[in-house]
Amino acid sequence: MEPMEIPVVKGGTKVATSRVFERDPDTVRDEDLREAIWELGREGEWIVQPVPEPYYLAPTKYGRMKKIPLEHTWHHKSCGQCGHIPGYSTSIFWLNRLLGYDYFDPRDQTSCTAWNYYASATSNQVAQAAVAMRNFSAAYESGYFPMIHCGTSFGHYKEVRHELVHDANLRRQVRAIMDKLGRPFVMPEEIVHYSEWMYAVRDELKNRVQYDLSNITATVHPACHYYKLQTGDAIYDPEIYGGQRTAAVTGVVQTLGANVADYSSWYDCCGFGFRHILVQRDFTRSFATLRKIEVMKAEANPDVVLTHDTGCVTSLDKSQFAAQAHDRNVGVPVMSESQFAAIAVGAHPFRVAQLHWHSVDYRPLLRKMGIDPEKAWAEFQGDLDQIQGGQMEFMTWEHVL
Amino acid sequence: MPSDRYLEIPLEEKQRLFDEVKADPRFHTYLYGCYECGICVAACPSARFYDFSPRKIAQAAAREDVELIYEQMNDDIWNCSQCFSCNRCPRQNSPGGLITVMREVAVNNGLRSMKEALVGYTRIIYKIMTTGTQVSPDMLQEDAFPDWGPQVKMVSDNLDLWRRALPPETLHTTGLSWQVEERTMQELYAIWKLTGTLDMISEVDEGLHDIMEEIMDDALEDSGLSL
Repeated sequence: MEPMEIPVVKGGTKVATSRVFERDPDTVRDEDLREAIWELGREGEWIVQPVPEPYYLAPTKYGRMKKIPLEHTWHHKSCGQCGHIPGYSTSIFWLNRLLGYDYFDPRDQTSCTAWNYYASATSNQVAQAAVAMRNFSAAYESGYFPMIHCGTSFGHYKEVRHELVHDANLRRQVRAIMDKLGRPFVMPEEIVHYSEWMYAVRDELKNRVQYDLSNITATVHPACHYYKLQTGDAIYDPEIYGGQRTAAVTGVVQTLGANVADYSSWYDCCGFGFRHILVQRDFTRSFATLRKIEVMKAEANPDVVLTHDTGCVTSLDKSQFAAQAHDRNVGVPVMSESQFAAIAVGAHPFRVAQLHWHSVDYRPLLRKMGIDPEKAWAEFQGDLDQIQGGQMEFMTWEHVL
Repeated sequence: MPSDRYLEIPLEEKQRLFDEVKADPRFHTYLYGCYECGICVAACPSARFYDFSPRKIAQAAAREDVELIYEQMNDDIWNCSQCFSCNRCPRQNSPGGLITVMREVAVNNGLRSMKEALVGYTRIIYKIMTTGTQVSPDMLQEDAFPDWGPQVKMVSDNLDLWRRALPPETLHTTGLSWQVEERTMQELYAIWKLTGTLDMISEVDEGLHDIMEEIMDDALEDSGLSL
């Protein structure tokens, strides 16, 4: 892959053009559903769960401001994150604790089941909406507001919300199921992704950065399901790529003091494929390495790839092993911006960010940040010895804060 | 143009399947027309590696070309990555959405190609439908992911210990991604039964369907939920 010219001012996210991008409400592709949601609430169709205060107002693609709750959040966990890259979710929780924000980590939560739906289609519209609304009702009954960890869950729930607003028959069917379960029929005022919360607290995090990140270069992979499904409802900042790409992840990384470098295949997906990652990985490996990692390496040579979704971390990280065996131009650690940010503000790379669950060697990145990975691993190994020896049953929050 | 691969299938059967696709309430919000601009193809990851085109999907549906749609339901739709990059269509089509619906019809009708596409996948269906979490830590086994390198073996060798070394209390699990309450699972089972989702599995794998039905019926019997 030969490097190519990219119309972005070198070393940043400023678009190299004299053209001015103005947000134009007349070009909105996705309508603002909020008034319709409140209207359906007033008509008794459902209960609307309001965003709790305090909240941050973040700009979305066409200029409407989105309420991002800072605390009292119900964390809708991701099965792929919790199952295979648990430092992802742990870092989100740790950051909430560090900033002193009240949150709830529920057991009355299922996966959105959309990974399975997009992989195998062994479900249907009503079932998918019922799963979503069951989780929303659980959040409502807990008194906390849903905060969605997974990009696919976030996108899928926005799709479900759109379908429920527009289809009275679907609402009737799903409501009947909730009635059978003894659950209230609840729609949150906003559907919020954790990376939007990261964007909302980026300045608070900036004040706590422990290391000089000015020599760290990251490439960002924006997750397809975060912004391609229901495009308008995602964070866009005029300062980042002229407001033409989502500012999630990039805005956080830049605020922390690291550099974000552009690359030409930024719009491409990661190759996850939902079905492919599990049973047809030749596609995933090829796409993740040839269209993403190698392009990033050739055009930006990053120290780390940062993204904000379960499948993207998995595809981009795990696919590199086989490509390395063929001497391809790969070998960049991959993690979520929540892990990177947590490490930057002092989280332990193994106790909190749990980097040992990742495949590509992350130690050069840690060293460049000013962290001794061998010393950190020895500390973590000491914890494991304590757990094995029975002195500590589990790692606790008290141990890592 | 459709090939001659499925000449033995009666036109009426192909029409019946397309009618099922078209009857989905989402169909008309996924298809508005097609400029043939190819933006969806340029954005499509699967088009780069397979003989696959989201433009052809949208065009065949718009023309109601039931011969071609039948062929696509057998030979093309499982190549889609479901990333929805094609949603940048200037006509606001969603070829990925059309494919979601076409896949559902393929499952409901037990198409052979669907069974081939889902070979090896049924353990995932079992996991998500019976536990409420799609991938669990104990699925990280080196024989399942040999291309992910030796790190997978490190995880599986140390799984129980490493899970206990996670600060969130809900993550001290190996068979589930997180601890899910029994009542929560019962409610999920009720959703699968009430929406016909469990019935769909009999078209994929009858044995799997029977196992899951037994698990769910037993759990629901104890739940007090009246379906």
